Formats: sequence, structure tokens, C-alpha cells
Amino acid sequence: MAKKIHDTPMLDELEKGPWPSFISGFKRLRDQHPDPRINETVGSLLGQLEHSYETRKGYWKGGTVSVFGYGGGIIPRFSEVADAFPESKEFHTLRVQPPAGNYYTTDMLNQLANSWEKYGSGLITFHGQTGNIMFIGTTTENTQHFFDEINEYGWDLGGAGPCVRTAMSCVGAARCEQSCANEHAIQRWLVNNFTDDVHRPALPYKFKFKVSGCPNDCQNAIERSDFAVIGTWRDDMKIDQDEVKKFIEAKGRQYVIDNVITRCPTQCMTLNDDDTLDVNNHDCVRCMHCLNVMNKALSPGDDKGVTILIGGKRTLKIGDLMGTVIVPFKKLETEEDYESLVELAEEVIDFFAENALEHERTGEMIERIGLVNFLEGIGVEVDPHMVNNPRQSSYVRMDGWDEEAEKWFARKAEQAAG
Amino acid sequence: MALEEMRQPIESGCPDGFQYMHPVMRKNFGQWKYHEHPRPGVLRHVAHSGDEIWTVKAGTQRILDLFTLRKLTEIGDKYGEGYVRFTIRSNIEYMVADEAKVQPLIDALEEAGFVVGGTANSVAMISHTQGWLHCDIPGTDASGVVKAMMDELIDEFKNCNMPNRVHITTSCCQINCGGQGDIAINVQHTKPPKIAHDLVANVCERPSVVARCPVAAIRPAMVNGKPSLEVDEKKCICCGACFPPCPPMQINDPEHTKLAIWVGGNHSNARGKPTFQKLVAAGIPNNPPRWPEATAIVKQILRTYKEDAKDWERINDWIERIGWPRFFEKTGLPFTKYHIDNWRGARASLNASTHIRF
Ligand code: HEM
Ligand code: SF4
Ligand code: SF4
Ligand code: SF4
Ligand code: SF4
Repeated sequence: MAKKIHDTPMLDELEKGPWPSFISGFKRLRDQHPDPRINETVGSLLGQLEHSYETRKGYWKGGTVSVFGYGGGIIPRFSEVADAFPESKEFHTLRVQPPAGNYYTTDMLNQLANSWEKYGSGLITFHGQTGNIMFIGTTTENTQHFFDEINEYGWDLGGAGPCVRTAMSCVGAARCEQSCANEHAIQRWLVNNFTDDVHRPALPYKFKFKVSGCPNDCQNAIERSDFAVIGTWRDDMKIDQDEVKKFIEAKGRQYVIDNVITRCPTQCMTLNDDDTLDVNNHDCVRCMHCLNVMNKALSPGDDKGVTILIGGKRTLKIGDLMGTVIVPFKKLETEEDYESLVELAEEVIDFFAENALEHERTGEMIERIGLVNFLEGIGVEVDPHMVNNPRQSSYVRMDGWDEEAEKWFARKAEQAAG
Repeated sequence: MALEEMRQPIESGCPDGFQYMHPVMRKNFGQWKYHEHPRPGVLRHVAHSGDEIWTVKAGTQRILDLFTLRKLTEIGDKYGEGYVRFTIRSNIEYMVADEAKVQPLIDALEEAGFVVGGTANSVAMISHTQGWLHCDIPGTDASGVVKAMMDELIDEFKNCNMPNRVHITTSCCQINCGGQGDIAINVQHTKPPKIAHDLVANVCERPSVVARCPVAAIRPAMVNGKPSLEVDEKKCICCGACFPPCPPMQINDPEHTKLAIWVGGNHSNARGKPTFQKLVAAGIPNNPPRWPEATAIVKQILRTYKEDAKDWERINDWIERIGWPRFFEKTGLPFTKYHIDNWRGARASLNASTHIRF
């Protein structure tokens, strides 16, 4: 056999133990896959990875690879130790956008596997941290062939570089009783309006959309996206008093006091002597805790919509930021509602494109210029829901006070008039 | 190939998920009433219509080879109903309408070596990044760290008996693709970059590297008659932000690239507002292939949390109740000068009160 088998004593240690081993999977490809392109590439990859383990260093460098017509979507990888491991010297990753909610049929997964078997290393991840299907390891030439094939049956590349990135949403309304939104529609309305900005990186830096159906935020949208859309409701939550009684019977009164009533962040729940439950819905901040614990008894109300937060991001460069409330509540029912959501996203991205410094995320830009300048730039009025508390420093020039107060009263009057 | 022969891409973007959704989920979209957790790894969702959907969740090695992926789809065809999804922590979920299929599905998954669990109050699958396998800037591996740790935490994944769910993340550089976690295991460099001066002029756009540094420690300089860069090592915080735009700024070091552990990151709005993770341990050796030192500290934190936290307390809720002094006391971890923040906004993390627990 011509194929070179590298010794991998350190990686072999990762075949031990009860959790499924990726190294065993790599070895199956090396030892059992009939196609030399796959078995040799993965054999060589194992050699390079072992070398990394032994020297505690990475050996990939970037470069430029893209498919015809696009500027992004591929993560190019060239080996710095190609002399020793030549068969994996090009090992690019394709980022492919998953369906909203990450649903697949087994047939579709098999079809994708068959295409990848023709052109790639045989390694796939569902999904990367940003949300893409990652087809890991192929050559520059096969990048194009693989993309051409899967693009014909409905799959498109995601973003890489300074561009609108692949979006993600939680399992949501498809299978979750807490959902207050159609996450799937929101995700597709948003990200598919910006396909040009996904495929041709031309922004100051990356821009991510993420959608969660309720404030549990299973999708980690507030911290991990520039534009977070979170489902919520504004009428009263629903209380099924029979289910409340059943819950108390099953768990005990003390359990409900210790785990529900006293855990409410705004102390807005009362457990009555007759084992019914009252909620002061004006004080409820829709934190979801009581709905999570008393899942059968408590449910979101009917007047559903979304809260939009802007500017979440990870450490580089000024430190981690959570998104900030920009729109406290927005209905999403009609086509016009969705269109106005997309318009807001366009405003935000246009402003970001024009005003952010190179390599500055939206949240950092807001930090630098101040929230008020950002709001004025995107045409959104100030709202007390946007802050934890009003300013505490008196070092500010306020000679426009009367005008601003007038604006507030005018807006209130307009709202009251409907 | 001539340009005109190249195929134009179809810019279809994000595909519609409805076409791949289980018919019961499509039918009851937005009409779910409640769910139950009959056993670890299994969820039963009931719709207002009375329809039910059963979910079986399993952990995998995340980096799937074709054989493993086909095994997963084969199980879905033979024992499931052909509909799956992946969670954001890369677990696979099989959805079936027929309860009778649940046990055979679990048996088939376990028989094939997958791990059923990861629901409710479990230590969920650790979310991980790319690492030495396929990133160009990593200080450590990702898949290997996670495999080694999940081997040790598998019972917590299978049994779901923690006070609340525990989300663990890892990141293999200080950019931290891994995000916030109840526990996060992240690379922490401890020495400034070593500069390969010969290469800088050719590979790096110097002004943008200078601009990338969070503490303005980099300035252009001539070294050996060639344009290069210079780092003020007293200012440098060893973050590695200069490395991606300028690979000659070598930040990764087999000895001095360490791991740090952070706790209390929580994305959810339940009870308190979402929280960022806080530093608890550092100086942990980056020790492949199994990183035992990092795993030992994670297990120590988990053990203390499990014994001490009340029902429904996430790690951040628990620490908020008992206070940080007691966290360090109970876990036995040292509190050092490095725990006191000096980054922007640091004042807000100081105790400006007499609120002290004795
Ligand atoms: C230089 C090379 C870099 C490479 C190769 C790289 C690669 C990746 C990959 C493959 C992912 C997962 C992507 C997916 O799901 O498709 C990711 C996610 C991420 N990256 Fe990077 N990255 C790089 C630089 C950066 C930088 C400079 C930052 C930040 C300043 C960054 C922040 C993140 C974050 C925060 C995520 C996860 C975010 C989320 O939850 O959506 N990365 N990166
Ligand atoms: S974020 Fe809310 S709606 Fe979405 S899956 Fe989580 S609990 Fe359900
Ligand atoms: S959702 Fe949260 S804030 Fe509202 S009543 Fe329940 S526990 Fe209180
Ligand atoms: S954390 Fe850093 S090293 Fe790891 S995959 Fe992300 S960018 Fe690469
Ligand atoms: S490691 Fe970070 S602080 Fe040090 S020079 Fe590079 S960018 Fe600046």
C-alpha cells in the first residue's frame, strides 16, 4: 500500500473514553474509504494534527479562495508544513447557510454527504459557531465544483469576512410553546434581503442577525449578534388556574414559593390562600422564569411581537458587549410589518457601513459615538426602555431641553390619538 | 476556464426550513401548548390540537466523518421518521410522532456509540471552535479539548440532574468565537508576541495592525534596516489581536499560551438580565492530548455548584446568592490580583458598599 500512515500516539489517546471520538472517525475515512482523494487527505491531516499536538502550534495559514461570482463564503487554508503532509496542503472550508431552524430530512443530509464525497475530505460539521454548515477540507478547484453542485439543489454560501453573516434562529414556533414569533420567517426576511452583502464583503466588519422566539434566548442573540430579534408579548400572560392547582398538589406549596414566587425578578406574583396565582402584568418583565417552571400552567399572552436589540459582540477590541434595546416592541403579523423590519435593518446596516471605522463592530461604533447619535442616524426616537437608568453625570450641555421635552409630549399626543 | 463558461451562482440565501420539517411540526406551527421531559434526552411536546411530537437528542463528535453522518441518517430512516435537526450545540435531534419509536431509537443511537441526553438540567454538549484542526490562529485545539472533557462529564450529560442547565464553551484564541458560557475554557496568552521582523514588511499592512491593538502598544519601527513593528511590552496585554492581521506577530507559544476558566455567562433573560462570564482561574497548562488540569478545575466547579446551588439557579444566580468570596472558598480556587478588573468600566465591578457576607 502506497498510502502513508502517520504515527499518531497523542491523537490515539483521544480514541479512549466513552464520548464519540472524532479521531476514530478520521481514521475510518483514512482506513476504510475507497477513494484515495479522501483517505489520503485525511491520513495527511491526521499527521499534521498530531504534529500540532506534539509542538502545541497551529500550521494553517489563510489566503484567498472564492467561488466564481462571490467574494466570500470560503475559509481558505494552506498548510505551512505541506512538505511533510502534502496530501492536505489545501484544506479549505465552505460555509453553507443552513435552513432556518436547522431542520433537515435524512434524505437531504444523504444528498449533501454524496456531493461532499465527490469533492471534499468527507468531514462535515453541523454547525459552526456562527451557524453555517461547515464542509471542512477541499482544494481550490473542488471548492467550485462542490458549490456548483449543491447550489443547483438549493444551498448557498454563507458569509465570511467583513459582511453580513449567516443568520440563525432557535427551534421556535415549530416545536416550542414559548415562541412568540415566526423565527423562521424573520430570519429569512432579514438575511435574504442582504444576499449581496453576504456574498460580497464590503462592510467595515461583520454583521450578524440572530432570532429567538422568546426571552429565554436559546439562540444567544443578545450577546452574539449585532441585530437580535427576540419574541415577546405585551398583554397579560395566560394562567390556567386548574394547572396551577395541579402543580401545587404535585410539588407542594413551599416549592412554588421557593422556586417561582420568590424568584420573580420584579416580585410581581402572588400565591393566594386558595392556591390560585395572580400576576401583576404591568410589573412583569417577561423574563420567562415562571413560564419555564410552570410550563403547563403559564403561557405567553396573545398580543405577540418582538423586541430588537442592537450591538452584541465578543471581546475584540473593546470588550464584550450585549445588545441594547432599540425597539421595545414591534408587531410582526402583516407583510408590511416584515417590510418595516427589513427597512430598519437596512437603516442600521447603511449607517454602520458609512460610520463605523475599519474592523469596528456595530456595538463598538455605538459605544464610540453614543447611543443618541446612532438613534438619530437611523431615525429612531429615544425611549426610556432603552436604558437601565437615566444619566447620573451632570457633565452634559442641555440647552435643547425645552425642544426635546416638546417632542416627547408631541409623540405622546400622537400615540394617544392613535 | 474562460470567464463566460463559468457558472453563475444562484443567490438563494438561507433555505426555507419548512420543507425539511416534520409534518406534525409544520401542522402545529405556533400552536404548541406545553412540553414534558419524560427522561433524559427525550422531550414530549403537546400541541393545542392534541398532536404530539417526541424528540430524542443525542451528542456526537461534532466533526462528523461521512461514515458517522450516514450512520446518523440510517438510524433516522430505520428507527425514526426521517426528520432531524441540529441544536446550536451541535447535538442531533430526531423528531417522531409515534411514541413507540422512542425506545428503539434510543437503543439504536446508544448501540452505535452516540450519547442520548443533553436535555433540561444537564451539562450540555460543550460548544467548540476550530482549533488546530482548521483555524489559522489557534493557541490550542478545540475538538480534542471537548472530547477529553465530555469523556469525564458524560454522566452529567446523560442524567440531567444539575440544579439548572450548564452550558460550557471553549475558545482556542482570545477572540473567543466560543461565546459566553456558564463555564468557559479559553486560551489566555501570557507573553507578548515574538516578532519575525524579516517577514513583517511583506505580509503585514502596518497601519491596520497598529490600529488593531486594544491598548495602542504597537508602533511602526525600522528593524535591521527594514520596516517592521515594535511592541511596548509594558503596555501589551498579550491578547493576540495583532496576530490575525499580521502572522509574524507570533503570539502562540507552546509554553506561555495557557488556558483560563471563566464562569457565570448566561444568555437567558430568565430571572436576571443576561450576564457575562467572569474570570476564576488562569495559568492552566495547555496540555494535549487530554488537558487534565483544565478538566479537573471544571469538575471541581461543577461539583461545588451541584452540591450548593438551589433548584433553577444557573451558575451566575448561584454565585450572586452566595457571593464571590464564598465561591472561591468553596471551590478552593485562589483569588489573586488578576481577578480585580482594570479594563474600561472596571469601577462598576468594585464593591462600593458594606454588603459583606460573614
Ligand atoms: C482570522 C481568522 C478567523 C477565523 C479563521 C475565524 C473563524 C471562525 C469560524 C469558522 C467561526 C464559526 C463560523 C461558522 O459558524 O460558520 C467563527 C465564529 C466566530 N468568530 Fe471567528 N474567525 C476569525 C477571526 C475572528 C475575529 C477577528 C473575531 C472577532 C473579533 C472573531 C469572532 C468570532 C465570533 C464572535 C464567532 C462566533 C459568533 C457567533 O456566535 O455567531 N473571529 N470564527
Ligand atoms: S428562545 Fe424561547 S421560543 Fe426559542 S426555543 Fe428557546 S424557549 Fe423556545
Ligand atoms: S415572567 Fe418573570 S417577571 Fe414575569 S411574572 Fe414570571 S417570573 Fe415574574
Ligand atoms: S477561537 Fe480563535 S483560534 Fe479558535 S476558531 Fe475562533 S478564531 Fe480560530
Ligand atoms: S498582543 Fe494585543 S496588546 Fe499585545 S501588541 Fe498585540 S494586539 Fe497589542
